Amino acid sequence: MKALTQKLVETFSPSGYEAQIRAVVRAEIEPFADEIQVDALGNLIARKGQLKPGGSRIMLSAHIDEIGVIATHIDENGFVRFTTIGGVRPHTCLGGRVRFINGVQGVIGAERLDDLYKVPTFEQLYIDVGRDSRDGHPVRVGDVAGFDRPFADLGKRMVAKSMDDRIGAVVLIEAMRQIKDTPHELFFVFSVQEEVGVRGATTAAFGVDPDLGLAVDVTGTGDTPKARKMEVSLGNGPAIKVRDGGMLADPRVVDWMVQTAEKQHLPYQLEILEGGSTDARAIQLTRAGVPAGCLSIPCRYIHSPSEMVDTQDVENSIRLMVALLSQPVELK
Amino acid sequence: MKKTNEFSLPRIGATQIKLLEKLSNACAVAGDEGEVRKIVLEQIGPHADEVNVDALGNVLAYHRGTGEKRLRVMVAAHMDEVGFMITADDGDGFYRFDVVGGVDAYKLVGKAVLIGKEHIPGVIGIKPVHLTNAEERKRPVELEALRIDIGPAAGKVKVGDRATFATRFTQLGPSLCGKALDDRLGVATLIELLKNAPPHIDLLAAFTVQEENGLRGARVASFALMPDLAFVLDATPAHDLPTWDGSENARYNSRLGMGPAIYVADTSALHDPRLVRHLMVTADTFGIPYQIRQPGGGGTDAGAIHKQRAGIPSVSISVPTRYLHSPASIARLADWQNDLALVQAALLRLTPDLLKETR
Repeated sequence: MKALTQKLVETFSPSGYEAQIRAVVRAEIEPFADEIQVDALGNLIARKGQLKPGGSRIMLSAHIDEIGVIATHIDENGFVRFTTIGGVRPHTCLGGRVRFINGVQGVIGAERLDDLYKVPTFEQLYIDVGRDSRDGHPVRVGDVAGFDRPFADLGKRMVAKSMDDRIGAVVLIEAMRQIKDTPHELFFVFSVQEEVGVRGATTAAFGVDPDLGLAVDVTGTGDTPKARKMEVSLGNGPAIKVRDGGMLADPRVVDWMVQTAEKQHLPYQLEILEGGSTDARAIQLTRAGVPAGCLSIPCRYIHSPSEMVDTQDVENSIRLMVALLSQPVELK
Repeated sequence: MKKTNEFSLPRIGATQIKLLEKLSNACAVAGDEGEVRKIVLEQIGPHADEVNVDALGNVLAYHRGTGEKRLRVMVAAHMDEVGFMITADDGDGFYRFDVVGGVDAYKLVGKAVLIGKEHIPGVIGIKPVHLTNAEERKRPVELEALRIDIGPAAGKVKVGDRATFATRFTQLGPSLCGKALDDRLGVATLIELLKNAPPHIDLLAAFTVQEENGLRGARVASFALMPDLAFVLDATPAHDLPTWDGSENARYNSRLGMGPAIYVADTSALHDPRLVRHLMVTADTFGIPYQIRQPGGGGTDAGAIHKQRAGIPSVSISVPTRYLHSPASIARLADWQNDLALVQAALLRLTPDLLKETR
């Protein structure tokens, strides 16, 4: 699981430019899928299983895009001005490194800051790729880059950029591998453009037209020094989403997830996230509406280049997902 | 028609500029696009196999191609413009109003406007400098302090009427100057494309409504048309002015005279990289100048189209235009010509294989 995680998080695929990670995931899931397709926006959709009595069409969604930056201007001295893709914040950029899709690396620098205690604006930041003029510059306006930070295995914990939401993809890939018998027709969606407004899941959900939907994504925690109060901690098990900034999870789906976790003696925690949302929102609102929920993996330092998850939480998320998908679902 | 190796590309001539003038001078604030729709319907009638006006007022025109496996290609341009709506009659010819779409209040003082279907003239007024005190002069202009003054002319204007700038179209040397070039330039371009529709595709022309208040027309138009892919023709701000301190202008969005602006990313969409590449390769092949619009804020009808149904590969291409959403915007004739040439050439070069490439 750690090797797979490292492979996924060390691939660069900011929103809208998911070709590289899609190829990596596709190679992993090909042996376990009955059918694979890529839709118009680039969502990778793998079907597994055939409907049996008591079965449902279930859409699972983990997004494979990541936050990043995009070049807006190359100045006369070769510095690259940029804007953001998804929820990047300036204080996580300073001193950071980025890697463009074409392989070019750069560091983020700042104009002279008059007040060191004030976070700079993006207008004050630039990327230095080691050039001193516009001539023959390897970056063009519109080129996209991801944050560059290697995977770190801390034993109990794992740290990397884009743990949001490659760790969700890990859970789905492992679940696909382990599910032997299911009454359901399962659609494993590795979705695109989540970080810019759950756009991939919007079109994927319309195309799949499921009876039931589950997203797998990361959620914040309240267990760090002077953290915002939140009833989720690293290592206390998968989080079952009740609510976030964009969705009220279907209470029947929440009950089904809770009862399955208890039956399997798996640890779990209930999650109420004040901001943010997931692909589950897009699934819930597609067509005439779909019962939807979300299995969340607790994660510290979300949208920084060093997002941390607990290895046991990931293992238990995979177990819970396999258990959820192996039996008929009766929502009540 | 300018002959190239393989294709003929349409040109902008006196007829096309005359049509743009008519379109620019027409009043069609979001939600009340009738005047522009009438011109569009007159123009495209003889050139389309089928023309429908949908429930929201979008004009949807089909040009069927010939041959097997034709791509269904949607090309959209919005008919509506920003403007005002009369919200209250204050008596004696004074009317309160609200803005429709993105308009800054400080641009409005002293501007001449036309109200309603009869184009009743009026002026936007505020207290003159003679009567303001130092404190008032420091305050930004607030919409609540502004009124449209029509004379008075009893019974001519009612609450709910739309109003827009009274600017008349003119040519300034190599430039075009008028109100609502956003997006009458796109409308005029789309009319030309329909007149020169390539035979190997089905061209689904969507003259959309209510773009300026949230891409609403394009949303329902793309649901109905179900295209394989979409091009969106619009106008994008050019802020290519000198900086006050002579430093390098790094935030211009687009620049006049550098060719049509191809979108990569804006607030509403990450434009399909295959279509962006297709436009760039087409431009290089035909020697048509182009620029990449600076990624950043803003949005076009592509924001609504690409998320429709199971997804529609979409890209936007705009004519760079200064002073958008103001009484008078300025664009270059050459940029418009190159915009039309690039889109026409891009349509001619389309094959179904393009969508089989990795996105």
